[in-house]
Amino acid sequence: MAKVLLLFAHPAFERSRIHAALLKAAAGLPDVTLHDLYEVYPDFDVVPGIEQKLLTEHDIIIFQHPFYWYSGPALLKQWVDLVLQHGWAYGHEGVALKGKYLMNVISAGGKEQSYSPEGHHGYPLKQFMLPYEQTATLCNMQYLPPFVVHDSNNLTAQQLSTYAAAYVELLKGLQSGKIDLPQAQQQYYINALVGAPDHSS
Amino acid sequence: MSNESFFYQALVYLATMVVFVPLAKKLNLGSVLGYLIGGIIIGPALLGLIGQGGQDLMHFAEFGVVMMLFLIGLELEPSLLWKLRAPILGMGGLQVTVTAILIAGLSFSLGMPFNESLILGMILSLSSTAIVLQILTEKGQMGSAAGQSTFSVLLFQDIAVIPMLAIFPLLAPAGTDAVHAESTSLIANQPAWAKTLIVLGAVSALGIGGRFVVKPILHIVARTRLRELFTASALLLVVGIAVLMTLVGLSPALGAFLGGVVLANSEYRHELESDIEPFKGLLLGLFFIGVGASIDFKLVLAEPLLILGLVLGIMLVKFGVLLGLGRLFRLSGEQNLLFAFALPQVGEFAFVLFSFALQSALLPQRIVGLMMAVVAISMALTPLVLLAHEKWIVPNFGCGAKNVEREPDKIDEKNPVIIAGFDHFGTIVGRFLRASGVRSTVLDLDSDRVDLLRRMGLKVYYGDAARMDMLQSAGAMQAKLIVIAMETPEKNLEVVDAVKKHFPHLQMLVRATENADAFDLMNSGVLHIYRETVDTSLRMASDALEMLGHRAYQSQRAARMFRKFDEQSLKGMAAYRDDKQYVNVMKERIDELQKLIQADSYTNLMVRDAGWNKNDAEERN
Repeated sequence: MAKVLLLFAHPAFERSRIHAALLKAAAGLPDVTLHDLYEVYPDFDVVPGIEQKLLTEHDIIIFQHPFYWYSGPALLKQWVDLVLQHGWAYGHEGVALKGKYLMNVISAGGKEQSYSPEGHHGYPLKQFMLPYEQTATLCNMQYLPPFVVHDSNNLTAQQLSTYAAAYVELLKGLQSGKIDLPQAQQQYYINALVGAPDHSS
Repeated sequence: MSNESFFYQALVYLATMVVFVPLAKKLNLGSVLGYLIGGIIIGPALLGLIGQGGQDLMHFAEFGVVMMLFLIGLELEPSLLWKLRAPILGMGGLQVTVTAILIAGLSFSLGMPFNESLILGMILSLSSTAIVLQILTEKGQMGSAAGQSTFSVLLFQDIAVIPMLAIFPLLAPAGTDAVHAESTSLIANQPAWAKTLIVLGAVSALGIGGRFVVKPILHIVARTRLRELFTASALLLVVGIAVLMTLVGLSPALGAFLGGVVLANSEYRHELESDIEPFKGLLLGLFFIGVGASIDFKLVLAEPLLILGLVLGIMLVKFGVLLGLGRLFRLSGEQNLLFAFALPQVGEFAFVLFSFALQSALLPQRIVGLMMAVVAISMALTPLVLLAHEKWIVPNFGCGAKNVEREPDKIDEKNPVIIAGFDHFGTIVGRFLRASGVRSTVLDLDSDRVDLLRRMGLKVYYGDAARMDMLQSAGAMQAKLIVIAMETPEKNLEVVDAVKKHFPHLQMLVRATENADAFDLMNSGVLHIYRETVDTSLRMASDALEMLGHRAYQSQRAARMFRKFDEQSLKGMAAYRDDKQYVNVMKERIDELQKLIQADSYTNLMVRDAGWNKNDAEERN
C-alpha cells in the first residue's frame, strides 16, 4: 500500500463547495494523510523540519488546491520555497524525494474550452502546470497528470458527487497499484482513468 | 433641619468638593488633602460657612467611613490575604505593635494616664492608605519591594482598626461611663467584660447571618434584574449592619467591615462594590471636609510650637520604626528608605478613632483637638516628604547615586536602543531585541530589579528616565530609539516630554495602557504607540474563534484586520477629541465606547472579507 500525503491549500475553505466535497470523500481513507496547510500555518511560518519528515513518510504527494491565477494559493508557494531545501530535496546531496510521485488536484472556475488558444485563458491548462512538473523533476520525483474539476461554480450536486467518487477511486487506485503509473503519465488529465468527466469531449 | 438649610448645606459642601479637589489634584496633593483644605477654608477658622466645627455633619459623614470599611472587607479575599500573609502579619503586625508601644511609652513618660497613652499609641500607629497608595501608584512604585511592603503594612493597619475599636471600651477609665449618644444601646450599663463578650457574640452572629440570610436575599433581588433595587439592597445591607451594631453598642464600622469580609467570596462581590463605591467616595469626602472644618485653629495658633513638635516627633518615631523593620525584613537600602519615607504620617482612620474616643470619653477634648490638627498636618506633609525623598535622598544615596558618581560618562558601549522601564512589558522587548542581536541600555526605577539584572550582566541603570541626566548617562546622544515602557501612563508622558525636549533625534516607541493614554500620547506627538493589551486580547479572541471551529487562517486574518481598523478609528477619534481636558472621565469613556461601536462597521469582518470571493468570477472553488 503506497502512502498518500494530501497537502491541501485553501485560504477560504469555509466558503468552498468543491473541495469540501472532495475532502469529505477522501479524508477518511486508510493511508491517506490530510495536511491542511492554511489550518496548520495560518501565520505562514512553515516549519521545514516537520514537513520534510511528513514527505519522507509518504510515497505519493498530492497538492490539492483551487487554481488561482494560473497557480496555487500563496501558502503553497511559501511551502515550496521553505521546505524543498537544497541539499535535501534537490542538488547533489538532495535525494530525499527520489522515486516519489507528485500530482495536483485542482478546481478551476473556467470551462476546459477556455483553456485553449482560442479561449479566454489562451493556453491549455496542462501548460500552466509546468512549474509543478519541473519542480518534481528537479527533486527526482515523477510528475502525474492533474485531476481537474472544471466549471466549478456551475456544477450540480449530482456532478459534484461523481467527482468525489472518482477522486476516491483515484486515491485507492494509486495506492493499490491498480492504476499503472507509467501509463497514467501518458494521460492529459488523470480524470480519464477513473471515470471522472475529463472535459476533452 | 429645615429643607432650606439642608439645601444650603448641601450646596456649600458639594461646591467645596468641586472646587478644591481638582485644585489639589492639579497640585499633586491628592484628593484627601483637597477635602481637608476645603474643610479648613469653609470651616469656622476662615470663612465660617459651616459652624460648630461641622459636628452635625460628622454624624452623617462618618457613614462614609462605615462604607469604606465595608468595601475594604469586600476586598479581603482569603487568597490575597494568604498570599501576603508573611509581610502582612510580620511587617504590618510589628509596625503597629512597636509604634504603638513606643508612642504610648513616650506619652506615659510625659505624664499621660496609662489608658490614654495606650489609646494614643494605637491610633497614631496607623498610616494613610488613601494618600500613600495614590502617590506610590503615580510614582510607578507599586510593583517594587517597597511598594509591596507598604501595601502589606497598610492592609494590616486597616484590619487592625477593628480590634482597636473593640478594645477601646475596655480601656475606659473606671467610673466614667461612656457618654454614648446611643442610650438606646442594649449594653450601655453592662460591665466591660460583658461588653467584650457581646462584641464577640455579635461578630459571630454577623458571620452566620451574612452567609445564610443575606446571600439568599441578594439572590432574589438580583433575579428581579432591577439595577436600582440592587443598589437599594446594598445600601440597606450596610445601613442595617450599622443600625444593628449601634443597638448592641458596637462600632458600625466594625460591623460593616465584618459584613464585607463575610461577602468577600460571594458572587455579588463586584456588584456590591460598584454600587457602594460612589456613595462611599462622596460620604468619605464629606467626612474629610468635616475633619478639616473641625481642626481647631485657635489651638494651632495658640501653640504652634507644640503642634509642630508633636508632628515632627511622631513622624520621626514612625520613620525610625519603619527603617528598622525594613532592615529586619531584608529590604535593600534604597527600597527601605522609600518604605520609611512613605508611611510616617498618621492615617485617616485616626480621625474616626479619635472622634470615637472623644464620644466614649476615653480621651480629653484638648488632646483630641491637638491630635486632630497633628494628624491632618502629618497627612498634608506626606506628598512633600516623598517629593523631598525623590529630589534629595535618591540622588545622594543608594544605587542611583553610585551610578551617577561611579560612571557618569564612562559609557564604553554605544547601544542603539534605550529601554525605559523594565517590568514584564519592557522585559519582553529587551529579551527579544537581545535575542535578535540588538544591544540595549536599560533604565529602571525598581532598585531591586536593577541589582538583579546587573548581576546577570546586563547594562542597567537605576534611575528615572524622565531626568535628562539619566538619559544622558544612558547614552541618549548616540542611541537611535527609546522604548518607553514605564509602569504608569503619567510616567510615560514625563519621559516623552523629557526626550522631546532634550533628545529630539530619538525615535520613541511608547507603551499605553488604554485608549485615553493613547490619545494623550498622540497629543504629545508620539507616532509609535502600543496599547498594552490589544494584541494579546485579539490573539485570545481569534483563538476563541478557532476553538469554535472557524478556520485558523481566517480567524487570524480577521484579527489582524480588526487591529488595523481599530487603530484607524482610534486615530479618527483622536481628531474628534476635544482639546479641552474633559473633567468627566466617565462620560468620556462612554462616548469613546459609543464611537468605537459605531465604527465597528467591521462587525461582520469575516463575512465581508473580500479575499478570494469574486462572486461572479471563476472563483468559489
